Amino acid sequence: MSTTIKPELMDYDEVIERFDPVMGLEVHVELNTNSKMFCGCATGFGAPANTQVCPVCLGLPGALPVVNKKAIEGAIRIGLALNCEIAQWCRFARKNYFYPDMPKNFQTSQYDEPIAFNGYLDVPIETDEGIQIFRVDIERAHMEEDTGKTSHQGGATGRIHGADYSIVDYNRAGIPLIEVVTKPITGAGKYAPAVARAYVNMLRDLLRALGVSDVRMDQGSLRCDANVSLRPSADAPLGTRTETKNVNSLRSIEKAIRFEMQRQAVVLAAGGTITQETRHWHEDTNLTTSGRSKSDAEDYRYFPEPDLVPIAPARQWVEELRATLPEPPTVRRARLQEAWGVNDTEMDSIINAGALDLVVATIAAGADDASARKWWLGELSRTANDQGVELSDLAISPADIVAVETLIAAGTINDKLAREVIAGVLAGEGSPDQVVAARGLGIVSDDSSLLAAIEEAIAAAPDIAEKIRSGKVQAAGAIVGAVMKSTRGQADAAKVRSLLFAHLGVDESA
Amino acid sequence: MSETPKISADDVAHLASLARIDIPADRLGYYAEQLEVILGAVAKVSEVAGDDVPATSHPQPLTNVFREDIVQPSLTAQQALSGAPSVEDERFRVPRILDEEQ
Amino acid sequence: MADLIHKTAAELAAVVASGEASAVEVAQAHLNRIGAVDGAVHAFLHVDTDGALAAAAAVDAKRAAGDKLGPLAGVPLGLKDVMCMKDIPTTCGSKILEGWRPPYDATVTARLKAAGIVILGKTNMDEFAMGSSTEHSAYGPTHNPWDLERIPGGSGGGSSACLAAFEAPLSIGTDTGGSIRQPAAVTATVGVKPTYGAVSRYGLIALASSLDQAGPCARTVLDAAMLHQVIAGYDPHDSTSLTDPVADMVSAAGTRDLTGMKIGVVKELGGEGYQSGVRQRFTEALEILSGLGAEIIEVSCPHFDYALAAYYLILPSECSSNLAKFDGMRYGVRAGDDGESSVEQVMARTRAAGFGEEVTRRIILGTYALSAGYYDAYYGSAQKIRTLIQRDFDDAFARVDVLVSPTAPTTAFKLGEKLDDPLAMYLNDIATIPANLAGTPGMSLPIGLAPEDNLPVGIQIMAPARKDERMYAVGGALEAALLARWGAPILTQARAL
Repeated sequence: MSTTIKPELMDYDEVIERFDPVMGLEVHVELNTNSKMFCGCATGFGAPANTQVCPVCLGLPGALPVVNKKAIEGAIRIGLALNCEIAQWCRFARKNYFYPDMPKNFQTSQYDEPIAFNGYLDVPIETDEGIQIFRVDIERAHMEEDTGKTSHQGGATGRIHGADYSIVDYNRAGIPLIEVVTKPITGAGKYAPAVARAYVNMLRDLLRALGVSDVRMDQGSLRCDANVSLRPSADAPLGTRTETKNVNSLRSIEKAIRFEMQRQAVVLAAGGTITQETRHWHEDTNLTTSGRSKSDAEDYRYFPEPDLVPIAPARQWVEELRATLPEPPTVRRARLQEAWGVNDTEMDSIINAGALDLVVATIAAGADDASARKWWLGELSRTANDQGVELSDLAISPADIVAVETLIAAGTINDKLAREVIAGVLAGEGSPDQVVAARGLGIVSDDSSLLAAIEEAIAAAPDIAEKIRSGKVQAAGAIVGAVMKSTRGQADAAKVRSLLFAHLGVDESA
Repeated sequence: MSETPKISADDVAHLASLARIDIPADRLGYYAEQLEVILGAVAKVSEVAGDDVPATSHPQPLTNVFREDIVQPSLTAQQALSGAPSVEDERFRVPRILDEEQ
Repeated sequence: MADLIHKTAAELAAVVASGEASAVEVAQAHLNRIGAVDGAVHAFLHVDTDGALAAAAAVDAKRAAGDKLGPLAGVPLGLKDVMCMKDIPTTCGSKILEGWRPPYDATVTARLKAAGIVILGKTNMDEFAMGSSTEHSAYGPTHNPWDLERIPGGSGGGSSACLAAFEAPLSIGTDTGGSIRQPAAVTATVGVKPTYGAVSRYGLIALASSLDQAGPCARTVLDAAMLHQVIAGYDPHDSTSLTDPVADMVSAAGTRDLTGMKIGVVKELGGEGYQSGVRQRFTEALEILSGLGAEIIEVSCPHFDYALAAYYLILPSECSSNLAKFDGMRYGVRAGDDGESSVEQVMARTRAAGFGEEVTRRIILGTYALSAGYYDAYYGSAQKIRTLIQRDFDDAFARVDVLVSPTAPTTAFKLGEKLDDPLAMYLNDIATIPANLAGTPGMSLPIGLAPEDNLPVGIQIMAPARKDERMYAVGGALEAALLARWGAPILTQARAL
């Protein structure tokens, strides 16, 4: 069980030359229902141990499950969003095995009758030929219950190996889970790790948009197990796969799959065989290690759960739920891209900057799309990068941006002053209007003040005034510049120019 | 399956392991014999129904029994732990686990 | 008041309601009786003296305050130890739950309490309800009050014996393959398995989830009907609970005239293999039913011949899963935890120490039947037989209103007689099992004593699903006719204890 010896890895390009990778991804989604899957216990995180349990989720003798309707809705909506068929009739099944985190020593799940099946998710990935759409086929999405949490005591690492005993908290036992299982993902070739990452990323966005889960990989409300196998070529039969658990971030998924490909390649190239087993990803050392072998595979003795009756979602109900689905991300992106008239590269930047929702919200609040994009991708993205935070973490809202634009349109400030206003908002000085007032950033609109400044500037540079009078209108720039400087930029340059010409009695349009 | 299945002591040992029951080695044969006799008597079930007969898993034709997603009172930790053979830190203390989680 | 213990539940309820006797007096009389005879009978595993007297006192207080009492308020009852009763030892007749006190009441228990029924204690049973004689109880067998060397039936021998011993006028049993009906037959009491789903299973410690049902046990059909009324009805805690309103079983039990009723005699039940005295009393009962106006018709339910086989595949399969939770981690006993052994080892030791032989046998059998590769041949096939049996019942009930058969093939056998032969023991359920597989209701009531051994014989009345009232109608009429013939309730013929 040593975790420090790094196995031999084949160079990635060589792996791709010699093998065809196949993946299978299993994602568990914790639903954000108020109560558990089969009982009314609360689901909130962080409660004191064993205070959110009842006879049902504690598996006490005599207790019986009753299905949470909201969980069914969540399962159906997820299935629909993944373009799945929703079962006309399905049942729960018991998956029988013994483990201390499972109070009944069986998990109530679904076996051969999942509630949703045969779907797909189209995932855009970046390839050498530009962005390509990769279709990940979904085998099924089914409902099950989560287990309790064991804490291993007495060992050095807090993991099972070396522990003296364990202590169990059943607060999480019975939380509703949806398991989404892909069909074997083939044809990804060298992009396999990227496909896996993009798939989970997209799935996460989808689930977030559905509002069914917190989808926090770091908190365990979204968990991914990655299955990887290699075969000599795309028409060879599937190789033996390993399952890697503990991949807790998008980066880990990509790295773990890549690692497994490289590790398995060495074994196969040497004429060895892959052990079908569960492996554990280590984020700190960037490698997978072997768990217990699955050669002594558990016989789960599945049979239909007799304490629960079949689920037969009426087609009308399914359609009602379909109407609640948000626009799929790819469709939304395409629609907005067309509406804004921007190209792929610019759209990519908006999305990669995490600005899409903010831009949309700013437009909804009253700005035009070009201005909205300009601010979020320009000044604010720069600021976010400088501060090392996400765009959405900045202390400025879409409504604030609209206020800034309104001030510009009214002539109260100009673009340059607007940046100062935004800096003031970010610093917590108040709303744009308040910042303008407090800092005195308003453009000078009073003609007499401007004239005074103009006369001052002329007085300081009489020869320039002479040039202007004689027809060299370009020379006006210097006077205007001087006035802008003396007013600390709080003047409308065009207006200064007009006043200057009027003052000198020169026709501007000459 | 018309002939009586043979059940060996090893078969019983495997089943006992799946079922987490320690059956002493000298009792495995005893259970094996009895299992054979009982299976012999019940094996005829596989001969009766054709493929066209559906299985009945639930006696009453109920479907779609749900409850609303409303929180109900839980047990207190004291009640939950009241029958526990061993408790530590408000949790159920269990002997060391060998198997990785499924 | 003299002789409270020989009154029926209906009579006791009237006595309490009128003030002739207090509920505490009634409870005390029965507690005294338990003290006097249960050493010999062993119907009770736990007697809750304080709780019973407190419950009785509460009924008396209610009556004194002028509040309306429920129809069975103040009537004592024995609760089969498979039912959770909050803070009271609940063992299922097994060592593995020794000392366990549930932190919650079963729905049935809660309804009994709400009705003002006085629960005297928990009654003995075959371990985890697996058996037909109560000899598999880890706490020693119960003895049949008719002959203490004989079995009281099983798995609910305690529930039937306490009635026959006059320790209580009411009891609750559970029936998975006949565990209410067969004990009723061999003790000359009335036992009813309601339609599956009619009575909540929440808090009923599961044996076979798709077969288990709790039901009323009493000495008369009317008493059983009154108790049925209290415990039946929809429970949101049980997903398999029927939403039907509960029909008026009490009125049905008052039926005396069976004119127009078609009664089917199941050809496959009651022939060869049934004791001659059993068959004789059954035939006589048919004559009485005919005399009451019913038409007797022979029907055939051919797949009933496979019922036993299907049952002994379905039950072990479901119970192997239901009993997995007993592993010594969260409640009950834990064995072999020396601080060094693994959880896998401790679980296996706990279960070996805590489970008896019959339970172990059925768990192993069930594990086998559900195993990869065997599912289709065994469990899967058995579930198909259920469909065929349901169809047999449907076909029969298209022609008749109720079906009848002897409840059990023999009268009470001697303790120890069938312990070495599991298959022989299983045959006791041969007539009762079909109703569990189909989910239909069944009732057993006494129809006399077998001439060869003077031991009780019962008739089984089966009705279509959700038509439980028909059993009470036929049973009520038959009971009244028999009473007229005998001149006194049959239990008066039992030896004095």
